[in-house]
Amino acid sequence: MLEHLDLTKLIFGRLSWDAIPFHEPILLGTFIMVALGGLTVLALLTKFRLWGPLWRDWITSIDHKRIGIMYMILGVVMLLRGFADALMMRAQQALSFGDATGFLPPHHYDQVFTAHGVIMIFFVAMPFVTGLMNYIVPMQIGARDVSFPFLNNFSFWMTTFGAVLVMASLFVGEFARTGWLAYPPLSGILGSPDVGVDYYIWSLQIAGVGTLLSGVNLIATIVKMRAPGMTLMKMPVFTWTALCTNVLIVAAFPVLTAVLALLSLDRYVGTNFFSNDLGGNAMMYVNLIWIWGHPEVYILVLPCFGVYSEIVSTFCGKRLFGYTSMVYATVVITILSYLVWLHHFFTMGSGASVNSFFGITTMIISIPTGAKIFNWLFTMYKGRIRFEVPMLWTIGFMVTFVIGGMTGVLLAVPPADFVLHNSLFLIAHFHNVIIGGVVFAVFAAINFWFPKAFGYKLDSFWGKCSFWFWLVGFYLAFMPLYVLGLMGVTRRLSHFEDPSLQIWFQVAALGAVLIALGIGSFIIQLVVSYLRRDQLRDTTGDPWNARTLEWSTSSPPPDYNFAFTPVVHDNDAWADMKKNGYQRPQQGFVAIHMPKNTAAGFVIAALSAAMAFGLIWQMWLLAGLGFVATLVAIIVHTFNYKRDYYIPADEVVRVEAARTRQLATAHV
Amino acid sequence: MTLLKPLRGLLPLAAVLLTGCNTVVMNPSGDIASQQAHLIVVSTLLMLLIIVPVIVLTLVFAWRYRQSNKAAAYEPDWDHSTQLELVIWGAPLLIIIALGLLTWISTHTLDPYRPLHRLDAQREMPSDIKPLTVEVVALDWKWLFIYPEQGIATVNELAAPVDVPIQFKITASTVMNSFYIPALAGQIYAMPGMQTQLHAVINQAGEFEGFSANYSGAGFSGMRFKFHGLSGADFEKWVQTNKNAGSTLGRAEYLKLEQPSERDPVQRFASVAPDLYNAILNRCVDSSKMCMNEMMAIDAAGGMGTNNFSVATRGEAQGWKQRGARYVKAELCTPNDRSNLDGATTAPTGL
Repeated sequence: MLEHLDLTKLIFGRLSWDAIPFHEPILLGTFIMVALGGLTVLALLTKFRLWGPLWRDWITSIDHKRIGIMYMILGVVMLLRGFADALMMRAQQALSFGDATGFLPPHHYDQVFTAHGVIMIFFVAMPFVTGLMNYIVPMQIGARDVSFPFLNNFSFWMTTFGAVLVMASLFVGEFARTGWLAYPPLSGILGSPDVGVDYYIWSLQIAGVGTLLSGVNLIATIVKMRAPGMTLMKMPVFTWTALCTNVLIVAAFPVLTAVLALLSLDRYVGTNFFSNDLGGNAMMYVNLIWIWGHPEVYILVLPCFGVYSEIVSTFCGKRLFGYTSMVYATVVITILSYLVWLHHFFTMGSGASVNSFFGITTMIISIPTGAKIFNWLFTMYKGRIRFEVPMLWTIGFMVTFVIGGMTGVLLAVPPADFVLHNSLFLIAHFHNVIIGGVVFAVFAAINFWFPKAFGYKLDSFWGKCSFWFWLVGFYLAFMPLYVLGLMGVTRRLSHFEDPSLQIWFQVAALGAVLIALGIGSFIIQLVVSYLRRDQLRDTTGDPWNARTLEWSTSSPPPDYNFAFTPVVHDNDAWADMKKNGYQRPQQGFVAIHMPKNTAAGFVIAALSAAMAFGLIWQMWLLAGLGFVATLVAIIVHTFNYKRDYYIPADEVVRVEAARTRQLATAHV
Repeated sequence: MTLLKPLRGLLPLAAVLLTGCNTVVMNPSGDIASQQAHLIVVSTLLMLLIIVPVIVLTLVFAWRYRQSNKAAAYEPDWDHSTQLELVIWGAPLLIIIALGLLTWISTHTLDPYRPLHRLDAQREMPSDIKPLTVEVVALDWKWLFIYPEQGIATVNELAAPVDVPIQFKITASTVMNSFYIPALAGQIYAMPGMQTQLHAVINQAGEFEGFSANYSGAGFSGMRFKFHGLSGADFEKWVQTNKNAGSTLGRAEYLKLEQPSERDPVQRFASVAPDLYNAILNRCVDSSKMCMNEMMAIDAAGGMGTNNFSVATRGEAQGWKQRGARYVKAELCTPNDRSNLDGATTAPTGL
C-alpha cells in the first residue's frame, strides 16, 4: 500500500506553480501592491512596538466593543477589494464593444463578478451589520458584554478567515466563475473542475460558522441581558431589529451550510444531489440556496432600518413616531421573508398559481416596509431637524430606497419578471436597495456612533463630500442600468455587439468613479478626523443629544460600559433620564466581574482555515492535520478555567472620577 | 383590469417616458411581450400613486422642519396618531390588493405554458390555425433549434411565420441557460434533463435579437442568435433553404455539435433524426446510456433493488463534461425488457 503513496501529492495536492498567476499582469500588479502594503504595515508595527498591544488588546480581545470595531475594519478593507472588482466590471463593460474586447478575458471577468457579489454580501455587508450590532446592542440594553464573550471573538475570527480564503484565491489558484450563488450544474465538478468553487464553498462555510454563532450569541444577549425595566416593548428599535435579524440568521444560515455541504459531497465524493444524471436535480439547489438567500437580504437590511430609526428620532429631536407599529412591522417582515424565496426564479417554469402565490407574498412585504418609511416620515413631521451627516444619509436613503422598493415590487409581478429577470434592470434594483438601504445606513451609523467609539466626532466636511459623491454616483451608476434592462440587456456579459448601448455603460462607469471618490472622501474623513481629534473631541459622551442608553456612558466607554446597571422606565431610556434630571452615581462603586481575553478564538479559526485550505487543494495531509488540530484546540480551550477577572473597585472609582472631571469641563 | 380604468388616461404619457430610447422590452413586436410591457406600465403607475407622495413629503418635511426654521411647529413628544397609523398601513394595503389581483390574473393569462387565445389585442385566435412547434436546445455556447414538423434544424438562427402561434419546448445539454427573445415574449430557463415550455406569437415581420439570459460559463456573452419574423411565403422559402443545405443531424453529429464552442456561425440541417430531441431531453443521445424517462419508469415501478443496481450497472461516459461521470448503462434493462431485473419487487403495470 505504502509504496503507492505519492508524497508530493499528499502534501501539495493540486497545488503547483501553475496556480500562481505570473502570467496575469493585473493580478501580479495587485499582488506586488498588496505585498508592499503588507510589508509596510508589518514594518510600522515593529517600529512602533505595536505587536504586543495588537495581540493583547485586539486579536485576543473578547470586549464586544473592540470586536465590533474589528468587524467594521474588516468591512472597510473588504469594501475596497469588492469595489475594485466593481470598477473593473464597469470599465470592462464600458470598453468591450464590437471589435474591442476590453481588458478582461471571460476567464478573468467571470471571477471578478463572482468575487464582487460574494465579497460585498458576505464580507462587506455582513461584517458591517454584525459589527454595528456587536458594538451597539449590549450598550443599548445596559449590558457589560454579550452573553458569550469568547464565542464572539471566535465568530469574528471565523468570518475574517473566511475573507482571508477569498483573498488567497486571488493569488493562489482562482476564484469561482459561477456567479455569486454558484448554481449547479455549472458549479458541479463537471462544469467547474478547478479550485474556484472549492474556495467559494469553504470560505462561506468557515465564515458561516462565525455568522451563525454570532447570531446565537446576540439572541441570548438580547433575551437575557436587558437592564431591569427594559421590557420587550421598551427595547430601542435598533435592538429590536437586531433581535429579528439574528433570529433570521439562526434559522437561515444552517440551510446555506447544508446546501453547500451537499454541493461539496457532489464535488468531492461523487454523489448526485444536483448533477444532471442519476436523479440529481439542480432545481433543488436553486430552491435551497434562495431559502437562505432571501432571508439574507432582510438579515442585512433590518438592522439598517434600526439605524435609521435611531438617527431620525435623534436628529429630529423627537420620539420615534409609531414605535409599536415599527416593532410589529419588523416582526412581520421577519416572518414573511421566509415565504417569498421563489420570486428569484419565476422563470424556472413553476405553475401560474405557485408563481402568483410567491409574487403576492413578496408584495405583502412592501406593506410593513412602507409603514416603516411613513413612520420615519412622520417622525420628521413637527421635528427640529439637524442636518448632520448621519441625517443626510438617512434622507438620501428614504428617497432612494422607495425607488428600489418600487422596482422590487414590479419584479415581483411574474409576467413582468419574465422580461426583466436577469437583466440589468434587476442589477439596478438590488443595488438600489442594498446601496440605498444597507450601505447608506452603514455610513450613517459610522458617522453617528464613531464619537461613542473613539471619543471624537468625524469631520463633517469630508463626511458631506462622501455623502454627495455616493448619492450622485449611485444615481449615475445605476439609473442607466434600469434603462439598459428595458433595452433587453442581460447581466454578466463581458462583451457587447450593439454600439448604441455604449453611452449608457460609459455614464454608469462615470457613476462608479464618483462612488470611488465617495469612498476616498470617507478614508480622508477618517484621517482628517484623527488629525483634528482635539477640536472634534466629545467629552460629554452624548454629542448628538441622543436618546438611548449607549449615550449615557462616556466616549469611549469604559471596559465595563456601565458602573451600575441602569434602570429603564421608557423606550427612549436616556432621553427619559435626561428629562427627569438623572444624576450620575458618584460613590458606592464595587468590583466588576468581567470576562478575560483569550487567544483560543484566533487559534481555532486559523486552524480551521488551514484545514479548509487543505480541502480546497486536496492536500489531504494538511486537511487531516488541520482537522485534528482544530479539535485539539477546542478541547484544550474547554480546560481553560481562567476565563474571568474582577476590575477592582478602586479602579472603577478612578475611572468614574476621571469621567466626573471630564463632564465638569464639558459643561463649562 | 376594469379596476384600472381611471389610469388608462395616463398610459400614453408613461409610454412616451419609458420608450424615449430604443427599449425593446417596452416596444416589442409580439403579443405576449406587448402584454408584459403593458403590465409593467400599469404596475408602475399604481405604485407611483404612493411613491411620489412619499418622496415629495420627505423633501418637504426635511425642508420645512429644518432646525433653523423657528416658525415651524415642534412637538417632541408627539409619537402616535391612530388615524395616521390607519392611513400608513391602509394606503399601501389598498395598492397591494389592486396589484395582487392584477398579478393573479396576469400570471395566469400570461403563463408561458398556456396555449395562446388571441393573435393580438384586436384579433382572436383563428380556430383553424395550426401552431408551429420548435424544440430548443441550449448548448455550450450556442442554440440548436429543431423543427419536428418540417424535419429541419438550425444552429443560432430561428425563424417563424408572422401571426402563427409558436410552441417552444426547451431544454439544455449541460448547464442552465435562459431562452429569451425580448421582442417576442418573456424568458424561460433551459435546463438539462428537464423541459420548459413557452407559447408566443410574433406580430411583425423583422429581424430580432435572441440570447441566453442566464450566465452559463465562458462563452456566455456570445450566445446570441437572430430571430426572423417572416411572412408565410418567406417562411416556406426559409424552410426550403434549410432543406437544400444537405447535411443531416443524427446522434453522432449531435455529439460532435454539443462540444463547447463560441460565436458559432449559423448552421443548417436538412434533416434531423426524429427521436433526437427526446434523446437530448432524456440524456441518452449516447445510446449506451439509459434514458432518464426509462430510469424514472423503473423507479416509479418500485426500483430494482441494490443487488441488481450494483452489479456492472455503471459505465464511464466519454462526452465533454461527462468524462468520469457515472451513468446507468442502457443495456441493463428498459421498462419493456425486464429480463435483467431478477430481484425487482413489484411488477410494473401500464408501462
